[in-house]
Amino acid sequence: MSRTDAGEPFLQHHFATPEQQFEAGKIGMWLFLVTEILLFGGLFVGYGLMRSRNPAAFSEAHHHLDRILGLTNTVVLLVSSFTMVMAVHAARTDRRKRLVAFLALTLVFAGVFLGIKYIEYSHKFHEGLLPGKFYSHKGDTVPGQFQFFSFYFMMTGLHGIHILGGIGAILWVLRRSVQGHFSSRYYTPVDLVGLYWHLVDLIWIYLFPLLYLIS
Amino acid sequence: MAEGTNYLTETRGLKSWLFTVDHKRIGVMYFWSIMTALFLGGVFAMLVRIELLTPRQTIMSAETYNRMFTLHGAVMVFLVLIPSIAATLGNFVLPLMLGAKDVAFPRLNLASYWIYVAGALFGLYSMIAGGIETGWTFYTPYSTSAGGGVTPMVLAAFILGFSSIFTGINFIATIHKLRAPGLTWFKMPLFVWGMYATSIIQVLATPILGITLILLLMERMFQIGIFDARLGGDPLLFQHFFWFYSHPVVYIMILPGMAIMSEVIPVFSRKTIFGYKAIAFSSIAIAVVGFFVWGHHMFVSGQSPLAGAIFSFLTFLVAIPSAIKVFNWLATMYKGSISLEAPMLYAISFLLLFAIGGLTGLFLGSIATDVHLHDTYFVVAHFHFVMFGGTVIAFLAGIHYWWPKMFGRMYSEKWARVSAVLVFVGFNLTFIPQFIMGSRGMPRRYYNYLPQFQPMHVASTIGSWVLGLGFLIMAGYLFASLRKPYDAPSNPWGGATLEWETASPPITHNFETTPAVTHGPYDYAALRSDA
Repeated sequence: MSRTDAGEPFLQHHFATPEQQFEAGKIGMWLFLVTEILLFGGLFVGYGLMRSRNPAAFSEAHHHLDRILGLTNTVVLLVSSFTMVMAVHAARTDRRKRLVAFLALTLVFAGVFLGIKYIEYSHKFHEGLLPGKFYSHKGDTVPGQFQFFSFYFMMTGLHGIHILGGIGAILWVLRRSVQGHFSSRYYTPVDLVGLYWHLVDLIWIYLFPLLYLIS
Repeated sequence: MAEGTNYLTETRGLKSWLFTVDHKRIGVMYFWSIMTALFLGGVFAMLVRIELLTPRQTIMSAETYNRMFTLHGAVMVFLVLIPSIAATLGNFVLPLMLGAKDVAFPRLNLASYWIYVAGALFGLYSMIAGGIETGWTFYTPYSTSAGGGVTPMVLAAFILGFSSIFTGINFIATIHKLRAPGLTWFKMPLFVWGMYATSIIQVLATPILGITLILLLMERMFQIGIFDARLGGDPLLFQHFFWFYSHPVVYIMILPGMAIMSEVIPVFSRKTIFGYKAIAFSSIAIAVVGFFVWGHHMFVSGQSPLAGAIFSFLTFLVAIPSAIKVFNWLATMYKGSISLEAPMLYAISFLLLFAIGGLTGLFLGSIATDVHLHDTYFVVAHFHFVMFGGTVIAFLAGIHYWWPKMFGRMYSEKWARVSAVLVFVGFNLTFIPQFIMGSRGMPRRYYNYLPQFQPMHVASTIGSWVLGLGFLIMAGYLFASLRKPYDAPSNPWGGATLEWETASPPITHNFETTPAVTHGPYDYAALRSDA
């Protein structure tokens, strides 16, 4: 990446102005988010179809999930979205210490989310509530519950991978914040990572009721 | 003619290519990679055709035959047709046409190329990992139970999807944000409109393929119960998912071909394009309506008659924008001053072959005739007329049109015309017999067949040799041109789009100064008065 002049150290050579670069990045990120929604969309459709054909098994199986832990994680992610917004705001208003603090806080919440997820997963592993051919839970009254756990693990797993990706991205932005790269003149990466993080949060908002709150 | 350095000579050495972020170099790397894949896919096709010379075993076992046609299909679809025009000519020409220095995200562009290479290697690995016999569509239940090579090939298609998505994202952002001053939406060359429509489909359809293939792998490895009926899954769901991507994907393949037509035809007719806006909007219409026709691949799958009727109707609807384009190109040629250099010969081939390909598509889009023609050679011939007669022929037109710009050399016009005629004759000889066989009931993918079909199979195989000869000659004169010194003028065909205003080959930053757009992309009168 060539850096043209001292005034705009992060302006890439093929853009005429920082605004043009910012807007191009924004378009790129929104398009990427669209592909993410469509990727999860396939899982949602598969889930919906299988649940509608097998409602008893899905309803029975979901009782193995802990609603309190699920709700806690929902709150944790929502709060992390808020701290992310505050981080973007801090970058835009040139408050670098607040930027670093809020990014670090977002990371903490992401870590808490994964911690709780770890507790939930270990419990499922222990009980044999596993996807597909690994399902070995004893004493089921309704058959076919393995299908629910196939989707549970695929959906929360793919979401978990996205959380990990988000943590990586936030770490990268945090490092650059500490180095003082961002200001009101240039904060594109913070903004784009923020958008991504909100999407990861948003997907969880749909996963939580679909998996934990079947009535 | 180029003086001083250009993008090919500014830096040297393998590393300067492998880690380049220059859209022109990435386009050229894509070009050679895709040409290699095209060669491999072509060899697989020739072997399939040789096997079909006799009704019984000719040169290979039934199992090898199944692997050959699967490899031919998978390589041609995923490694050639999907990236072909957009990743090579699109990458090279699109920023030039916009008067930009590069695409919006140059490093993402390079990533897209490397992901393509990784995907290609996975695909070829499937050959030694046990082979794959499912056909390129990976239909369940066979694909969830068959051995060996299915997993790497499915992974390859998944990986290649990212490459395609990255190109799409890049092009959309580039077209929105990097147009030269004065280049408004309706002053853009129609090639750019075609790339825009293509990119929309790449971004919206490819993720569906991604998740479908992941689900397929999960079913294979963990029996999660989604596509396997024994586990409570639904094999038809796979077909729906698959075609929800794979029908739009044929528009990812054909729209760039149409985009090339809209450049070549006016230049070689010396006449402004007829119906600019109609062509531009029909690209978008194809991109949108193309998402709602996937069910026409499943007329005999047991879907409801109502769904069948709706899909049939929408299929007829999507034919309209394609026809609009064809009529506009014909109107452009009408009373034009047509010259028959190689790119125009290919463009005229395209018009003839694509018309046949499109019209036979309507036979298949009508439910009653499709029941008769489904899974016969008629389908094979139809999509080869669209995919080869359309996309590949247009790709060849584009290669011959922009070759002087890309490599700075003129090729032998005489041999180029010989090869264009051979390709046209060979293609028709290969596939017209398949239309006839198909309508008489010859099923596709069969290893053996009834003796009565043999004369037509022989004709088809001989056609494939003529076609192969055409490509061989093409490789010969194109390579020969690269050995010459730079001899291409900056605007050999008299084009009015921006890429012809810079040197052949262009400098690394494309233009000495950002060009000002003073005339339309097809305003040849302004070009003459400028000169």
